[in-house]
Order: sequence, then C-alpha cells, then structure tokens
Amino acid sequence: MIIPGVSVHIGRDVDDALENLSSVKDATLLAGGTDLLVEINFGRARPTHVIVIDRLDELKALDRNGHIRMGALVTYTRMLADDPGSAALREAARTVGSPQIRNAGTLGGNLGTASPAGDTLPVLAALDATVVLRSRAGERRVKFADYMTGPKKSVRRPDEIVVAAEWDDAGPAQTFMKVGTRNAMVIAVAGLALVVDRARRRVGVGLGSCGPTILRAPDAEKFAAGLFDEAGWDRRMRPTEVARTEFGRLAAAAARPIDDVRGTAAYRRHVLAVMASRALARVATIA
Amino acid sequence: MKLTVNGDEREVETADHESLLTVLRERLGLPGSKNACEQGECGSCSVLLDGALVCACLVLGAAAAGREVRTVESLADGDRLHPVQRAFVDMGAVQCGFCTPGLIVSTYALLKENPEPSDQEVREALSGNICRCTGYGKILEAVQRASAGMYGR
Ligand SMILES: Cc1cc2nc3c(=O)[nH]c(=O)nc-3n(C[C@H](O)[C@H](O)[C@H](O)COP(=O)(O)OP(=O)(O)OC[C@H]3O[C@@H](n4cnc5c(N)ncnc54)[C@H](O)[C@@H]3O)c2cc1C
Ligand code: FES
Ligand code: FES
Repeated sequence: MIIPGVSVHIGRDVDDALENLSSVKDATLLAGGTDLLVEINFGRARPTHVIVIDRLDELKALDRNGHIRMGALVTYTRMLADDPGSAALREAARTVGSPQIRNAGTLGGNLGTASPAGDTLPVLAALDATVVLRSRAGERRVKFADYMTGPKKSVRRPDEIVVAAEWDDAGPAQTFMKVGTRNAMVIAVAGLALVVDRARRRVGVGLGSCGPTILRAPDAEKFAAGLFDEAGWDRRMRPTEVARTEFGRLAAAAARPIDDVRGTAAYRRHVLAVMASRALARVATIA
Repeated sequence: MKLTVNGDEREVETADHESLLTVLRERLGLPGSKNACEQGECGSCSVLLDGALVCACLVLGAAAAGREVRTVESLADGDRLHPVQRAFVDMGAVQCGFCTPGLIVSTYALLKENPEPSDQEVREALSGNICRCTGYGKILEAVQRASAGMYGR
C-alpha cells in the first residue's frame, strides 16, 4: 500500500537535501528517527514529505581546535566514544536513553525537537554555543540563547537545516546533572549544566525541564564568577557551604517550572538547588 | 526499495509511514524482531543497522533503503544455535520468550565490541531491553556464559 501524496526523499548531500526542502511545502527532516518515529507510530505526526538526512556525511564531522564544531548528525554514541569537546556534553550523552537510542539519536535531532527536556540543550546553553542553520540562501548563526522560543519551538525556518553547533573549548571544569525517576531511559525531571571557563573567566549555567525553554541563570553565574574572582580563576577551590547554598538558591530562582506528570514545580526548584550546589562543589575542584 | 537483510539483497515495497520493524515482520517474513511498544522503550525490536544496534520500530522503513540490516534470524547456523542463544537457553534466561530475540541481538552487539564485559557493562548494554518475566538475574548469567562460550574462557 502506498499512501497517496506521501513521499520520501533520501538526501545525497546537504545541497541536495536543501534543494528538496525548499521545493516542497511542509517537508519533514528525518535524522536518527528516535523522536519522529515515535510521533509517527502513535499517529501524532503524519508527514506527507520526509527528507532523510542521515547520510549527509558533511554533518557527521566533529572538529576540535580550540573552537568546537559538532555536526548535526553526531550521535550520542559518538559523543561518548570520541572527545566531543565538552565534558558536560559527554556526561549528558551518557544519560540519554539506551544504547539503541544513543546509536541513532543525534545532536541535530535534539535541536530539531527543541524539547525543554532535551539533554544536550542545557549544556549548549551553559557553553554559550551557537547553532548553525543553513538554507539555500546561505548560513546563519544563532546564539543558543535565542534559538529556542518555546516548548518544541525554535527560530529555525522550514527551509533550514541545523548543520552544526559551535562553541569555544571551555576547558575541563564543567558538568551535567539530571534527575529522573530511575537510572536508565529517563526523561529529565530537571537537568543542569555548569561550565566554568577558567581561561575566559566565564561561568555558564543552563537549566533543563524547568521552563518553556532552556534557561540560563544569570544571577547564579554572576555570583559564582565572584567566587572565582576572589579565589583566583586558575586555582582549585572549595566553595563554602554558605556559598554553595546561595549558588543553588540563585540557580533555582531562575527556573520557571510547572507541575506535570514527572514532578511538581516545587520539587523541580528543590532538585535544581541541590544539583547546582553539588555541581559547583565538583567543578570548582577541577582546574 | 532495496536493502540488504541478513546478507541477502532484498527488494521490497513499503508504505511511507511504515517502520523497518513492520517491513521485516510483515513484508519480509522475519518475525524474530518483536513488536511491543513502538516507542523505543522495550528493545524487543533490536536489530543491527549497518552494524549499530538500533530499535527497528524507530527506523522509517523507506529510510533503510540501501542499508544493511541484521536480525536475530541471522545468528543461528541452520539448526545450530549461536553461542549467545545457547547460553540463554542453558541458563534458563528465557521464560515467555518475548524479550529474548531483542536481548540476544543486544548481547551479540555487546560481545562483538567487548568480549569480556563486567556485570556493570552488561547492565548498561542491556538497559534498553525490558523483560517482564525473569527479573534479569538469569539474563546476566547467560551473558557471562555466552562470553565464555564465544571466547572459550
Ligand atoms: C526511548 C527513548 C529515550 C530517549 N531518551 C532521551 C533522553 O534521555 N534525553 C534526550 O534528550 N532525548 C531522549 N530521547 C529523545 C531523542 O532520542 C533525542 O531528542 C534525539 O536527539 C533525537 O535525535 P534524532 O536524530 O533521532 O531525531 P529525529 O527523530 O530524526 O528528528 C527529531 C526532530 O528534529 C528534526 N530534525 C532532525 N535533524 C534535524 C536537523 N539537522 N536540522 C533541523 N531539524 C532536524 C526532525 O524533523 C524532527 O522534527 C529519547 C527517545 C526515545 C525513543
Ligand atoms: S517495539 Fe521497538 S523498542 Fe519496543
Ligand atoms: S522472558 Fe518474558 S519478557 Fe522476558
């Protein structure tokens, strides 16, 4: 049985995929399929034209040279096997789904779905990463902070493909934490990424599953930067209990959580404060 | 579309929203990969796609064109069970058997990469496969037995 009007195009290269994308209205991109196929299998998505982008070799590249450029087709398994240019991203990849999901799921798919629970996204926020979008008209770069506009909403235009994410190598002082209801295969109830870029004297905090988009926590970032100003950016330090608690409080205060099936807003604020405090203690000792 | 299944090139028609799992089971007569959740949670549909362990329910059938698929059916050599299958039978790791094909494929994928996994590594490698019956103890034993059986420890 062939459903009339439904077609599948297997992209040969990025140009070919972009051309197909711009020639068909309402086309849907397909990478690893771990989000889209669930939608299709449950009848929530009925794409009439699918463009398969999983063989676009250009998007599998991972360049690391002080500045990292990770192609959209890099899978979680590759983030674990190769050095992905961010320890926090590696930790986030480690928590995603199962081996089956990590073998198929991609960075570009996480960005394409743009769920507040997407686990790479708080890390991209904390790294102050840039999303690279390409259409037939050319490339444009969007700061991750400006990329997501709401739950499963982004500034990506229908004629654009996410080709990569880019960020400056922030060094080893970074971590990702996530709270869920069990150890394997779990959607985050709350997630947090903390990056302390000692060379650039910058702190980034990204919060996941705690609002309509991924959020930064600017007050917590400023507070932590103050601690490193005092202690010396290039030095290991042990933040005091009081400082850690304050950092946790400020991180949680930036959240805009809701009650849902996975947890209450109050619980999310609580675990964010705990995670932030622990993350600071962990990262401060890495120099 | 054409794809390679268990070493043979096959030509098959597919409806566009059909998953690779449906193509395998209903169009190619390979019912070994099981269909339970269709959302990547249970692992009973696990196959190797170009050598990587994936859930066949999450692969669009039409997107598998030109690719190489291996299913649980490819493991036994005629009537001779693969060491992984043998170990699952011998260790009593099969009860209702629904999860078994997926677990066999996942175990095969693990041992191919890591011939002597620790218990922790086994748990991690099988974390995408759910079994309602065994409580997993016998399965972990079977994987260790398969590792010894395959590599003669
Ligand atoms: C059992 C299970 C467990 C999971 N666990 C986690 C988890 O722990 N953490 C987590 O974050 N996610 C999880 N996911 C969700 C999913 O695996 C991730 O979001 C993954 O990154 C999606 O990537 P994909 O390549 O499979 O995307 P696809 O399903 O191929 O695509 C997803 C969406 O993005 C679009 N898209 C894909 N690539 C691009 C691109 N390059 N440019 C523009 N748009 C694009 C598609 O059109 C589609 O709308 C899980 C999913 C399953 C089924
Ligand atoms: S049927 Fe594919 S994972 Fe459950
Ligand atoms: S033996 Fe019944 S589900 Fe595993």
